[in-house]
Amino acid sequence: MTKWDVSNVNKWKSEEFPRAAVIPEAGNSNDYNVGGWRSERPYRDDAVCTQCMLCWIFCPDTSVVVKDEKVVAFDYDHCKGCGICANECPTNPKFGRKAIEMVPEGCELPSAKASTEVK
Amino acid sequence: MPEQKTVAATGNSLVAEAIRQAKPDVIPAYPITPQTTVVEELSKFVANGKMHAEYVNVESEHSAMSAAVGASAAGARVATATSSQGLALMWEELHIAAGMRLPIVMFNANRALSAPINIHCDHSDIMGARDTGWVILFAETAQEAYDNTIMSFRIAEHPDVLLPVMTTADGFITTHAIDRAQIMDDESVAKFVGEYVPSYALLDFDSPVSHGNFAGLGGPYFEFKKQQRAAIDGSMPVIKQVGAEFFELSGRPFDVIEGWGMEDAEIAIVVIGSTAGNARHVARALRAKGVKAGVVKVRVFRPFPGEELRAALKNVKAVAVLDRSESFGAEGGPLFLEVRNALYDLDTRIPTVNYIYGLGGSDVREELMERVYGDLSDIASGTAQPSAMQYLGTR
Repeated sequence: MTKWDVSNVNKWKSEEFPRAAVIPEAGNSNDYNVGGWRSERPYRDDAVCTQCMLCWIFCPDTSVVVKDEKVVAFDYDHCKGCGICANECPTNPKFGRKAIEMVPEGCELPSAKASTEVK
Repeated sequence: MPEQKTVAATGNSLVAEAIRQAKPDVIPAYPITPQTTVVEELSKFVANGKMHAEYVNVESEHSAMSAAVGASAAGARVATATSSQGLALMWEELHIAAGMRLPIVMFNANRALSAPINIHCDHSDIMGARDTGWVILFAETAQEAYDNTIMSFRIAEHPDVLLPVMTTADGFITTHAIDRAQIMDDESVAKFVGEYVPSYALLDFDSPVSHGNFAGLGGPYFEFKKQQRAAIDGSMPVIKQVGAEFFELSGRPFDVIEGWGMEDAEIAIVVIGSTAGNARHVARALRAKGVKAGVVKVRVFRPFPGEELRAALKNVKAVAVLDRSESFGAEGGPLFLEVRNALYDLDTRIPTVNYIYGLGGSDVREELMERVYGDLSDIASGTAQPSAMQYLGTR
């Protein structure tokens, strides 16, 4: 299947769009950056994290990035900042706090790739 | 030209026959007077194996059109039928069907809207749907209802159109009166209508697509509406082409507007649907008395045949537009507003008057038509001024 090149979509004329807002290919929600919806972002302290994977299980946007069976980052292009990961994250008794907490979004724009992101 | 069978049948029965012959894959339908016998006959056809369609008994018209949208997006040829309150209940899905560019064909038995409750003919229901983006065809007779319904599939599914089409007939007057009509054999109709090959089908797993997507938040909603406008404008030549091909097949001429006596008419009535016959009947009698009366019947309302109306009416001295529905608070009925708007582009200003008639099945008697032509003669001769919109035949 040919992949639609949407890099210049903002310059398209009406007749260039697929008819009636049909999306004529599958799996392209990944191309849509929704990180801008966030007002708070999850922050994970690796030292506190027990790798229980609850955040990975509960994340509704599959934005918890796991590598080699370990949570390593958040995908900030698709994380909408719902806070479910932070809510589900269990308190580590050794530290008396959770590994994940929600911190206010700064003025950093979501389109700028976060340094913690691993793809 | 295939051999045709002459039958005596109701408009509804002929519409059901046309839908059967067009071989839809899915029929989601809900009965409502005076459309009921259409869906009754279709369900019998399916039950008796006379057509192979998925007949979906839904719980309301809202669901009927929702199921039609789903089935059409899936890639099926879809037909349904409704009337009056049922069409009103479909309102939001009518816009969705058109916006998603789904070639659904729906028959509407034109009927009044509540309140007060009334089950008889007028055009309040269908005129309420005039801005939904559907192509809208009107029939004067049962024969035209049959012909229009067959043509609807071709128009809807044409690659330059891909819009839903409403094929309509006047409730009871055309849907229930037994009329003489010619019907074609199944093969000829199937060949004329052709096979529907959807370009974006949800059930085409090799080319996955997503329908009904979001185009807000600064997205291209506006651009999609421009696409839709281009499609309905582009449907006019397609309708004419399909009509010409149908004429070749059936021997029955079709045009988006049909004039009677318009070659030399000095006064003319513009009308939609079954009343065109009443108007012609009176015009014929007036012609015998030397009055140059004409009739223009509008057979396609969306897209609106403004250019054709200008050409037909440019030489008359006075025009009366007969509306079988209200546009409360407007400066006239829906047809009047569009006709007068079309005539504005002519170099000469033609006095154009409006009559609201026949609401809720109120009889359209000969003397009412005579009165309209009488008023027109007075306006044409300068003995009377054009009046504001009038109710024709109320007590």
